Amino acid sequence: MLNIVNKSPLDRGSLDSCLQAADGGAILLIEDGVYAATKGSAGEAKLKAAGSKFKLYALGADAEARGIADRMMDGITLVDYEGFVDLVAEHNTCQSWL
Amino acid sequence: MTIKKFMFVNRKAPYGTVYALESLEVVLIAAAFEQDVSLAFLDDGVYQLKKGHSTKGIEMKAFEKTYGALEDYDVTKLFVDEESLAARGLTTDDLCVPVEVMSRVQLGKMIEDQDVVLSF
Amino acid sequence: MAIDVNGKSYETDEEGYLVNLAEWNEDVGTALAQTEGVTMTDQHWEVVNFLRDYYNEFQIAPAVRVLTKAIGKKLGPEKGNSQYLYELFPYGPAKQACKIAGLPKPTGCI
Repeated sequence: MLNIVNKSPLDRGSLDSCLQAADGGAILLIEDGVYAATKGSAGEAKLKAAGSKFKLYALGADAEARGIADRMMDGITLVDYEGFVDLVAEHNTCQSWL
Repeated sequence: MTIKKFMFVNRKAPYGTVYALESLEVVLIAAAFEQDVSLAFLDDGVYQLKKGHSTKGIEMKAFEKTYGALEDYDVTKLFVDEESLAARGLTTDDLCVPVEVMSRVQLGKMIEDQDVVLSF
Repeated sequence: MAIDVNGKSYETDEEGYLVNLAEWNEDVGTALAQTEGVTMTDQHWEVVNFLRDYYNEFQIAPAVRVLTKAIGKKLGPEKGNSQYLYELFPYGPAKQACKIAGLPKPTGCI
């Protein structure tokens, strides 16, 4: 399962719902969702707490736009739009936590 | 023209929604009409001022640069909530313009003290 | 709407502003000036180029008060006043000079 989160973790509960409900797989952070992976933020703590249950990805263009690409937490992989498509293709199902 | 005290309360991250850009446009309009304009940034609104936006990949205008023009518009009262910065792992060194950092309570008082409050 | 310059067509909006500012060049500027009845001189270009630089730096076309002040700072008080700028651009320096510079209508433009 690929979980896509596009909301800021401090503005909405999307990331919390995802972390609580999803049973592993991959999480791809896009749009305002990328803020969750900023070093030193509350979102990072939540993602770290989820440990190795999820493979973590973030869309590079969204992180760059927000000026945080150089502040991404350890253990996350930045992908481009093609990488986004690959992730969707690799997984059987995809849940967008809108 | 009567000069009123305008406060723009910014609580949304840039780019994900259009609130930040819309706020900035109205700020410039109010300033062009020579009103007494203040800006408050709290919650995800503090992300608007994060340095180093590079928006080529998402094909949107990097309006972070426009905050630099606020001084030309005589808009110099920018207030940022301390807790919101801390929760996001940010300090004033990460911001693109000079601001005054204060507590949520102080910010609340500042908002209380206005003639017009516009929320974004 | 569109204007033709050197055999190429450039899209403009309903008020005659260039749609894609990346397409701008001096010939397009001169043609846009003609639609405003303005004959370009070095003084005109100085203001138009100032506006383009301002836009590159801040991503906005400044309101007339801000433009006047900023020009005064950069080019001196004899140019940073509304009389001088209105002589060059009689229908509004921000509005007309922005159009010629290929920029959108200034934010807060009255």
